[in-house]
Amino acid sequence: MSLDIVQMVLVTVVSAATPLIIAAMGELVAERAGVLNLGVEGMMVLGAAVGFAVAVETGSTLLGAVGGAGAGLALSALFGLLTVGLAANQVASGLALTIMGLGLSGLAGASYVGLKREPAPHLHIPVLSDLPGVGRLLFGADAFVYVALALVAGVSWFLWRTRAGLTLRAIGDDHTATHALGLPVRKVRFLAVLFGGACAGLAGAYLSLAYTPFWAPAMTAGRGWIALALVVFASWRPLRVAAGALLFGGTTVLQLHAQAAGLGLPGQALSALPYIATILALVLLSLGRRQGGSLAPAALGRDFTPHR
Amino acid sequence: MRSITGALIGALILSLGPARAEDKLKVGFVYVGPVADYGYSFQHDESRKALVAALPGKVETTFLENVPEADSERAIEKLARSGMGLIFTTSFGFMEPTLKVARKFPKVRFEHATGYKRAANVSTYSARFYEGRYVCGKIAGKLSKSGTVGYIASFPIPEVVSGINAFMLGAQSVNPNLKLKIVWVNTWFDPGKEAEAAKALLAQGADILTQHTDSAAPLQEAEKQGRLAFGQSSDQYRFAPKAQLTSIVDDWSHYVVAEAKAALDGTWKSQDTWQGIKDGMVVLAPFTNMPDDVKALAEETKAGIVAGRIHPFRGPVTKQDGTVAVKDGEIAPDPMILGMNWYVKGIDDTLPQ
Repeated sequence: MSLDIVQMVLVTVVSAATPLIIAAMGELVAERAGVLNLGVEGMMVLGAAVGFAVAVETGSTLLGAVGGAGAGLALSALFGLLTVGLAANQVASGLALTIMGLGLSGLAGASYVGLKREPAPHLHIPVLSDLPGVGRLLFGADAFVYVALALVAGVSWFLWRTRAGLTLRAIGDDHTATHALGLPVRKVRFLAVLFGGACAGLAGAYLSLAYTPFWAPAMTAGRGWIALALVVFASWRPLRVAAGALLFGGTTVLQLHAQAAGLGLPGQALSALPYIATILALVLLSLGRRQGGSLAPAALGRDFTPHR
Repeated sequence: MRSITGALIGALILSLGPARAEDKLKVGFVYVGPVADYGYSFQHDESRKALVAALPGKVETTFLENVPEADSERAIEKLARSGMGLIFTTSFGFMEPTLKVARKFPKVRFEHATGYKRAANVSTYSARFYEGRYVCGKIAGKLSKSGTVGYIASFPIPEVVSGINAFMLGAQSVNPNLKLKIVWVNTWFDPGKEAEAAKALLAQGADILTQHTDSAAPLQEAEKQGRLAFGQSSDQYRFAPKAQLTSIVDDWSHYVVAEAKAALDGTWKSQDTWQGIKDGMVVLAPFTNMPDDVKALAEETKAGIVAGRIHPFRGPVTKQDGTVAVKDGEIAPDPMILGMNWYVKGIDDTLPQ
């Protein structure tokens, strides 16, 4: 394989991992605050529909991305109202959110089916983007890819280097104690849920604006669920989530290339490879660092009612 | 006042007259995907619309979309219970649920697409997609400059395998050395993964793509990279005006209308229907982005299939392992095509079992 093909493969790996990273970062923050939102797939697919619709109407990819994130945010606000505000069951509400998102997106996107638009523009810096071997990979991606990277760095920094991040993690571990300390448990959780929704919506918008620039119902094809699983297997750590997403995207793309190159390996086994490889790698990683007890935020998925 | 009453009575008599002879037929449709997929389920819904247009006032239609195969029994039963006289279940995976519901409702007539199990009140229907793929293969064999064509396949079921074989036989008839690279994506619909598969195939030197999955993503990828591709299920020209060569379009309309008519006349009976280009169930979208001689070859092949002069699986057909599948001068019998689980010679891939 020439250098250009290697670079091309790496570029597709990154673009396959980007939606997973964006959605998983949002879910990670929500779960760190103690809220399990199983509606990622629903928010993502609604983000894809609304993002595409806004982009077509306005002609602007940026507004489309904002619209997609906004749609995810709106749907997550409903979820936050139910689970954080009214202490409804998080698992049931999250599943309902996925079903609702899939239905709503069909409705919102109905008149945009079969339309196409140009994919999101890619960065182009005269000399740097043309560097052989690495130019396109490092300096020629679309804005979503850089946003995903910024999200990983930003979430890491926020959770472990700021007071607000410490508060958020503390609330995710013990809502009763943090509430007794006077910390705004429900407010922080609600904001974390909104952040998760906006990220999921943005990830969806990436699919319909940059990855495969058209809208088709259910086009997320389970990526929301994979993002959810990544958060768990990466033991709620941003860098590991990113690594897991790249590994998942990488094995997905590489197995397709292996098939196209005619290596003669069975297709079904190769299709299962990304799942097996990612789970194995992340589980082994978690085992190595494990120091007794669960790695999950201790209050994850538990309802909180302050006055009872 | 009198004229209004008269008109009312007249309308009453009119509505009683023909409606008494045979009540309005309620027709239900069950789709596996969204009607807006611009592919498989979209084409089935087009047949429903054609039915409404063809028999105005005589039929009343209902459809359920996005019905998961695992949960389809409930959906089909719901339609049967609501007084439907004829129900079309349009995915292979609906086969057992359809039969189960059909046993409970012996007076309701069922039509199952792409399956092979029938009952007294269950008919089956499917299209000879492989005929279209044979024409595509000829076009690809003529047009490929790199000599390599990429094939994005979904699942190793006979319908897909016979499609691959027909495509390859068509291609070999004009270019015996053409190479086919096959990528199995193990999904019917995942735009992202289909696009990745397309990228992988194009990177490995394929200059024409064809697919047996349902999204327009591979076509768009071909368009983006300035290569050529074939559409799937419905005419996807709008997605790739510079790349689409033709598209294999499923047209169920005339069949659905005929079956509804038969149900209205009382002549409906359980049967198996398998039609191709000749009967208009497989339609090829306009041949575009190719020179005139290739277009002429494609038209001629199509006409040959219609006239019965050309059959994609006319012998000699040799299997990958060198054994003869169809002898010289013979034509592969339908059961062989319906159960195809082997590749023809020249395909360099291991068929997943």
